[in-house]
Amino acid sequence: MKLQLKGVTKRFGTFTANDRIDLTVQPGEIHALLGENGAGKSTLMNTIYGLYSPEEGEILLDDKRVTFNGPGDAVEAGIGMVHQHFMLIPVFSVTESVMLGYEPTKTAGIIDFAEARRRVQEISARFGFDVDPDAMIEDLPVGAQQRVEIIKALSRDARVLILDEPTAVLTPQETDELIAIMRQLKESGTSIVFITHKLREVRAIADKITVIRRGKIVGEALPDSTETELASLMVGREVNLTTQKDPAEPGDVGFSVQDLTVVSRAGKVVLDNVSLDIARGEILCVAGVDGNGQTELAEAILGLREAVDGTITLDGTNLRRMSVKDRLNAGIGFVPEDRSTDGVIPAFSITENFVLDQYDQQPYSNGVAMKPSVMREAAVEQTSRFDVRLGTVDDPISTLSGGNQQKVVLAREMSRDIRFFLASQPTRGLDVGSIEFVHRTIIEERDKGTPCLIVSTELDEVSNLADRIAVMYRGVVVGIVPGDTDRDVLGLMMAGVPVEEAYAQAKDHHTILGGADEGAQA
Amino acid sequence: MSTEKKNNDPAEPGGALKEAESRLHYAVRELSQSSWVITLLSVVVALVVGALLILATNPQVQSTMGYFFAQPGDFFLTSFEVIRDAYSALFRGAVYDWQAATPERSIRPITETLVNAVPLILAGLGIAIGFRSGMLNIGGQGQIILGATCAAFIGYAYQLPLGAHLLLALVGGALGGAIWGGIAGVLKAKTGANEVIVTIMLNNIALYLLAWLLRQQWFVQTGSNQPISAPVEDSARLFGLLGGGFRLHAGILLAIAATVFVWWLLERSTLGFEFRAIGENPEAARTAGVNVPKATALVLIIGGGLCGLGGAAHLLGTEYRLGAGIAGTLGFDAITVALLGRSKPLGTFLAGVLFGGLRAGGVLMQAQTGTPIDIVLVLQSVIVLLIAAPPLVRAIFFLPNPDGKPRSTGRRRLRNQQAAEAAEQPTPTQEVSK
Amino acid sequence: MSDQHTPEQATEVETTAVQAQPLQEAESRLQPIKWKFPITYALLALLSLSAFTFLSPTGAVTQFRLATASDFVTLPAVNIPSFAGALVLSLLQLGLAALAIYCAARRIKLGVWLPMLFGLFFVLAFLIYAGAGRGAFIPVVTLLAGALMLSVPLIFGAMCGLVGERSGIINIAIEGQLLAGAFLAAVAASFFTSAYVGLLAAPFAGAAVGGLLVWFAVKYHVNQIIVGVVLNVLVIGLTSFLYSTVLTQNSEMWNARQQLPRLPIPGLSQIPIIGPVLFNQTILVYLMYVIVFALHILVFKSRWGLRMRAVGEHPKAADTVGINVARTRIFNTVLAGGIAGLGGAYFTVGQGLAFGQEMSAGQGFIALAAMILGRWNPKGALLAALLFGFSSSVGQVLSTIGTPVPSEMLLMLPYVITIFAVAGFVGRVRPPAAEGVPYIK
Ligand SMILES: Nc1ncnc2c1ncn2[C@@H]1O[C@H](COP(=O)(O)OP(=O)(O)O)[C@@H](O)[C@H]1O
Ligand SMILES: [Mg+2]
Repeated sequence: MKLQLKGVTKRFGTFTANDRIDLTVQPGEIHALLGENGAGKSTLMNTIYGLYSPEEGEILLDDKRVTFNGPGDAVEAGIGMVHQHFMLIPVFSVTESVMLGYEPTKTAGIIDFAEARRRVQEISARFGFDVDPDAMIEDLPVGAQQRVEIIKALSRDARVLILDEPTAVLTPQETDELIAIMRQLKESGTSIVFITHKLREVRAIADKITVIRRGKIVGEALPDSTETELASLMVGREVNLTTQKDPAEPGDVGFSVQDLTVVSRAGKVVLDNVSLDIARGEILCVAGVDGNGQTELAEAILGLREAVDGTITLDGTNLRRMSVKDRLNAGIGFVPEDRSTDGVIPAFSITENFVLDQYDQQPYSNGVAMKPSVMREAAVEQTSRFDVRLGTVDDPISTLSGGNQQKVVLAREMSRDIRFFLASQPTRGLDVGSIEFVHRTIIEERDKGTPCLIVSTELDEVSNLADRIAVMYRGVVVGIVPGDTDRDVLGLMMAGVPVEEAYAQAKDHHTILGGADEGAQA
Repeated sequence: MSTEKKNNDPAEPGGALKEAESRLHYAVRELSQSSWVITLLSVVVALVVGALLILATNPQVQSTMGYFFAQPGDFFLTSFEVIRDAYSALFRGAVYDWQAATPERSIRPITETLVNAVPLILAGLGIAIGFRSGMLNIGGQGQIILGATCAAFIGYAYQLPLGAHLLLALVGGALGGAIWGGIAGVLKAKTGANEVIVTIMLNNIALYLLAWLLRQQWFVQTGSNQPISAPVEDSARLFGLLGGGFRLHAGILLAIAATVFVWWLLERSTLGFEFRAIGENPEAARTAGVNVPKATALVLIIGGGLCGLGGAAHLLGTEYRLGAGIAGTLGFDAITVALLGRSKPLGTFLAGVLFGGLRAGGVLMQAQTGTPIDIVLVLQSVIVLLIAAPPLVRAIFFLPNPDGKPRSTGRRRLRNQQAAEAAEQPTPTQEVSK
Repeated sequence: MSDQHTPEQATEVETTAVQAQPLQEAESRLQPIKWKFPITYALLALLSLSAFTFLSPTGAVTQFRLATASDFVTLPAVNIPSFAGALVLSLLQLGLAALAIYCAARRIKLGVWLPMLFGLFFVLAFLIYAGAGRGAFIPVVTLLAGALMLSVPLIFGAMCGLVGERSGIINIAIEGQLLAGAFLAAVAASFFTSAYVGLLAAPFAGAAVGGLLVWFAVKYHVNQIIVGVVLNVLVIGLTSFLYSTVLTQNSEMWNARQQLPRLPIPGLSQIPIIGPVLFNQTILVYLMYVIVFALHILVFKSRWGLRMRAVGEHPKAADTVGINVARTRIFNTVLAGGIAGLGGAYFTVGQGLAFGQEMSAGQGFIALAAMILGRWNPKGALLAALLFGFSSSVGQVLSTIGTPVPSEMLLMLPYVITIFAVAGFVGRVRPPAAEGVPYIK
């Protein structure tokens, strides 16, 4: 089916998220929509999907104008969407999830479970998915959940399938499988809108690329454009895709964890005997697909999770039995994975967020009462040093953009005397400018001789920052490899393949993305 | 905003006039955002609702309805008189009684308002601390009961020197409330038990506990089978401030002190920073090193202590004897007080005075016009419901919404408006203000 | 940085990678043994042994009456020697406790029969002790019938809470809905001199309160707990105000007593013990059976139930498949209010009483408790409500035959049990994920 947008505009209050967007997706085309975080890609797709109603413009399907009063209408018209954050209910079974909204019923609205299950099985069989219709969603790995989402869309005969950042949660090898599915769908005439902010992917997959920046279409490209071309189109200026950094000058081991084991509340072993040594003046990146224990590692180091076994040593002191506060005071600087839930308190002022983890320390308080003027002065000074764009430091931090909020977090952590720096997904959801800033700041901290541990699921970031890379899979460190290790090797390790084998396999078999990489280098 | 956009349009005829007009809109919009205005308007709506209730149930008005079409004037006149009598009694009972025989009696109502306000303010502050820390303490009732119970027992079962006895009784009351709140706090901290459910259950447990205690002779110490305790000793009573015919007691000083203390706690102390942090975002607070379980428990311990103090002040200053109905509806009133005060210390104080006034006035209104005091509950709940939904208040008074969006966001209406704008018809703001 | 990929490291890495496989084993190894229940059983059994057995006067007899006058087959009264009876029952409890401890140590899961059997033995031992040597019969049928009657408003209330919360609206206003239902039932029944008219009217009162709740919650995103609490105050205020004015001014017209007649079901009502308890009831009770049964099926097996749960768990996901979240929540909350309103009718027309101020007396909160204890399942909520009704009924029966246990303690029991429940003592209580969260696009 052909999908066409003409002058679609979507505003949130006074903010224009999509500005007069024109877009045409031909039948059977894989059309990539490329744009930075916050460019407005998801908003546009949600508008097509009927979740938002556009302020202006029209949507045409096979040259007929359509208006949707809700996702129901869009689905009816043949549009399917796999959302960036899956729209699945953890306590539902696969069958229930797939049929929701389109339940086959018998008399009195009683659901025909047999029929519903049959539908799921039929589609899984058609595409070779291995999904148990009776499994609970919460028990499924992310990749399987994504397949459930695809089954959901296909079970409603989607002829335009929107995939919103589908690869964010996959290993390179799983991404390959997804690409295969997309090609299979394309063969059968389904149009696919594929959204991403990763340059390598679009070149490998798309038939056509549309670039969106700050809510506007800024250009179209074909898959044979170079990454640099695409990047400058996406960002609006020349960008350095890699951050400049001098080779590390590692000193003695400043921070180490040994045999760290963590058990989740549900009784699962989420971190199994993890051991890492980080030298002063070195960045160790932890790579891996989301949900393989990296979050738990960071939380265990800070003390947000209790470790059942092992040691956490900073400058010779074992931190394992200390409270979070004592660990922070011992010199851990921490940038959490999810800024808005763990890093800042949105309703608090910038000043209050600036002192968030030192509110009861000198000089901001005497232990009982706080000293508002001292806090404010420090906040003003440090936020300007970190180039935070703000009105006044008394405004709620929620008035700042994501990038500026992250800068406040960095200013907070780096303006105190830290002896180990730990950051989880430090650039998630940030624009390229902010990403560069954050990376530079981290490298500066390294060059001061601080041991740094960076957890990231973005291989680009890992390659940019790492002096060494530890890859995690199902709570275990699969191996530690040099910072410049080939992506195919990392990808295989992220799927649990041991180092040696990963090297061997990567030689024989390139992923589609790896191939695209080489094409770009050639 | 759309007003600004309009000003910038050079093609607009009669620009100056329009500008003046849009300034007016701007002022109206600013005003309609103010929480004071919303509160005031909510009180007005509540009074109107109350008036309608009074009219609907008044026999005189009903009888004029019988011949409404023959003499509608009678109906309106009677209605007017009934409402005027009721609300003037309410006012005279709460603020200043110009019909009273002596000047002393005239100013007595305002002191009665303050007497009623004491437990409301203290308990309201206790609830407000919870709200600010993200905890819905529905357990004011139970905490007040425990506070009053402990204070009463200390008050009549022991003989102590003058100052010490009162102090001990107050501390005992606060402790009783703190323990009751603390149960919910510690359970939430240790097991994550939902404080709403636990405090509701504790309210009912406190009720039966009190009922049981009042049947125990070792407890009531009266020698009779009545479920009511002995009166507290004079040495444990909150002393009167004005003497003579006034009931106003030192509890009001306690309430003022507590208000200042709670302000300092929330706005200036590190503990208050922790409270507010866990209220806004417990995850971030934990990451920042706050001991969340400890702070959680402390919130409910301190909040419960204040509620307990409220119960103690009520008993030691007004009631003197402990009975099964000691808490009345105080616990739930305290919640409405905290809500109306927007969980700010000063706001809670003022809200306590307002609701205290409604109670005091309600008594006179019931006595003089036969309007049951239960209407105060209706007024209170309508006020609180409305202040929680400012858009509703603005809609009732045709005020613009602060975000400049039309009041109704229904799709059809939106479409109509777009069409209207296209045809240079009035903009939403203008339409709203007509 | 030197190359880390040295052979030693690789082998070490491989061994760790191999460890990734037997995760399952490691998990069960690290699962803590759950001692909580076995220890509770043991303590209760010891209590039963020490208090119920050894405090029973020696030589005393406890008499149970199993029949009512109207029974088809009249069962004889049962006399049980108090000491011996309580001893046997206590020993049985100890045996079950020992079994529980053994199974816990072996990580063997036991079925739901164990707590049920244990509870039965414990309650029987308690009754034997409470009735020991008092010379009065313990009227079993009265006890059970009372339990059911006292459960009626609880069950209706719990079903109301369940339907609302399953669709994401927390309902603290059940108390107010019951009270409103009781009020309107009384007034309508009195005015039309027909209890059935009252029964028809009651749901509208509950639904109106539910409508207010969901209106403020969905349209204005007001905190649902707050709205619930305030609505309770509003309903108390309104009904008390109207009671003191209109209803007392002309109680003949507005507040005369009307009672729903009992409709014994032929045949079934003749069964000994359960017949008169379950099948000699008013239409209200039969309606309750129907509602509980229907919800039991519909919540999990129907389109309505599936969508309701989806909206309560993840409203955005529901929205993306074309389910109207606001409409679902509004419809279900109003419907639920109707159910609670029916329950309220029990207080007035159900019992043949006139309306009295605040006559729901906290039952709405016990209903809330029953819903939580029943983990948002119709069956569980039913059982919890029956348990609570039973404990009140025991309290009532014992206070007439005179008992060593203060009735206040028994009346407190539901609340105490609920606190234990939400404190995670009876397993993890998992409310609908999106309950209380307004859905804003
Ligand atoms: N519901 C909303 N209300 C207000 N602003 C929003 C909303 N959703 C998205 N935005 C804003 O719109 C912009 C585009 O967001 P989004 O479409 O999610 O970007 P992308 O998917 O390209 O990363 C962002 O600046 C975001 O903050
Ligand atoms: Mg997006």
